[in-house]
Amino acid sequence: MPSFLHSLASPARFQRIANAIMPWAVLLTVGLIGTGVVWGLAFSPPDYQQGDTVRVMYIHVPAAWMAMACYAVMALLSASFLIWKHQLADLAARACAPIGACFTAVALITGSLWGKPTWGTWWVWDARLTSVLILFFLYLGYMALAAAFDDRERGGRAAAILACVGAINLPIIKYSVEWWNTLHQGASVFRMDGPTIDNAMLWPLVLTGIGFNALFVVLLLVRIKSELLARRIEVLQRARAAGRS
Amino acid sequence: MDGVNSFLDMGGYAATVWPAYGVTLAILGGLLVVSLRSLSRRKAELAILESQRERPRR
Amino acid sequence: MNAFLATIARDLRLATRRGGEAALTLGFFVVAITLFPFGVGPGPELLGRIAAGIIWVTALLAATVSFDRLFRADMEDGTLELLALQPLPLELVVLAKAIAHWLMTGLAVTLLAPLMGLMLNLPGDAYLPLIAGLLIGTPSLSLLGGVGAALVLGARRGGALIGLLVLPLFLPALIFGVSAVEAVLIGMPLAPHLLILAALLAVALPVGAFGGAAALRLALE
Repeated sequence: MPSFLHSLASPARFQRIANAIMPWAVLLTVGLIGTGVVWGLAFSPPDYQQGDTVRVMYIHVPAAWMAMACYAVMALLSASFLIWKHQLADLAARACAPIGACFTAVALITGSLWGKPTWGTWWVWDARLTSVLILFFLYLGYMALAAAFDDRERGGRAAAILACVGAINLPIIKYSVEWWNTLHQGASVFRMDGPTIDNAMLWPLVLTGIGFNALFVVLLLVRIKSELLARRIEVLQRARAAGRS
Repeated sequence: MDGVNSFLDMGGYAATVWPAYGVTLAILGGLLVVSLRSLSRRKAELAILESQRERPRR
Repeated sequence: MNAFLATIARDLRLATRRGGEAALTLGFFVVAITLFPFGVGPGPELLGRIAAGIIWVTALLAATVSFDRLFRADMEDGTLELLALQPLPLELVVLAKAIAHWLMTGLAVTLLAPLMGLMLNLPGDAYLPLIAGLLIGTPSLSLLGGVGAALVLGARRGGALIGLLVLPLFLPALIFGVSAVEAVLIGMPLAPHLLILAALLAVALPVGAFGGAAALRLALE
């Protein structure tokens, strides 16, 4: 694994790999999300209990998956940045944060919209929604810390330490919230997505789920490329300023 | 026409389903647009910087 | 060990000598609690029901406002570099400072909590679980908060950032601290809640020591 990461760590190599992956990722994103959304909206059956509101699930649930997966990727990249000091891992971890925050926001907002007809109110302190909200705060903290230093490198390392501390605490927070929720659970709250799900609903969910993963890859590659260019610009500007003086 | 209307109506839950898809498109699409624009802006900036560097300085 | 104790003693002396830090945190704790009856109304029934929650939340906030001072003063006058140069590992320095911070905030808040409970009409059975919970739960706050305080050294608007960074991490301690009180009030055993708080402390110890030391090394570069 380290040697694989090392080989990825050179910007030129990254560009080549990114350019090779990009068209496929775009194709998968458009194809899978497009098919999944059309299937979910038009061809999957309404739920016997929730009616057509269940169609929100085809974006809400994948967004919640991505919110968590993105934090895991960010924490792994942060740890590998702290251990092996790859600049690219730092760039990638930072590029992850806004993407994760956006998926988290989508999960929260669609969950709230779904909650209105289901629970009769916009917000319920449901275990899943609450955990996702805390996850959103962790993303905000990471981004705020990474941006708070004048020295880019230092901000990256501080944020990487925070991501690792957050990753250790996240499962504890999640289980605490779930436990707290069972303690206070009202009668009207029921699970949004039970373990048993009909195939006619599972397929669009799987399609949008994989599609969201592909979208994550597209966004990540674009943002890393952009960050690489920003570094290069910084170096050139510094060289020019040094040449002038 | 009836089919289109009932599709748009979403079994009476149009106010739930369509905003949810709209918000998702707005947030994720917005992030993609912002990321792509910053990429192309930086590309242009880098091109200017590199062309200036190649020109011999007086 | 001597250096470890000396670090604790130094922080305690500094905090009490100026009559400042420890007293300021407690002052914040008391004033913030006083706001609640104005916010939710003075009805003793309602206050009694939410008293434990008020005290716990305010204890978290009081700890948070005091984190900014944990390393900043030492960073500014160069003490931190000397602390890092001594043979005592930086991890233990962080632990010593967290212990001193806890003695001045967590322990002090715990000692004040019964008085606040009295003013908020806390039910009689709730005092023991509240105090026991605070006693076991607040050290994790000092440890996790220490990481946040060390991370924002050298950052712009560091003080304002700490709250955003550490408050989400305090959630488990808050949940089980308050549930200990609720459990006793409905006649359930207290021990499991305290054991979970102790387990949270056991996680916070290495995270606080290693995370805090890593962040300090970064700040000292």
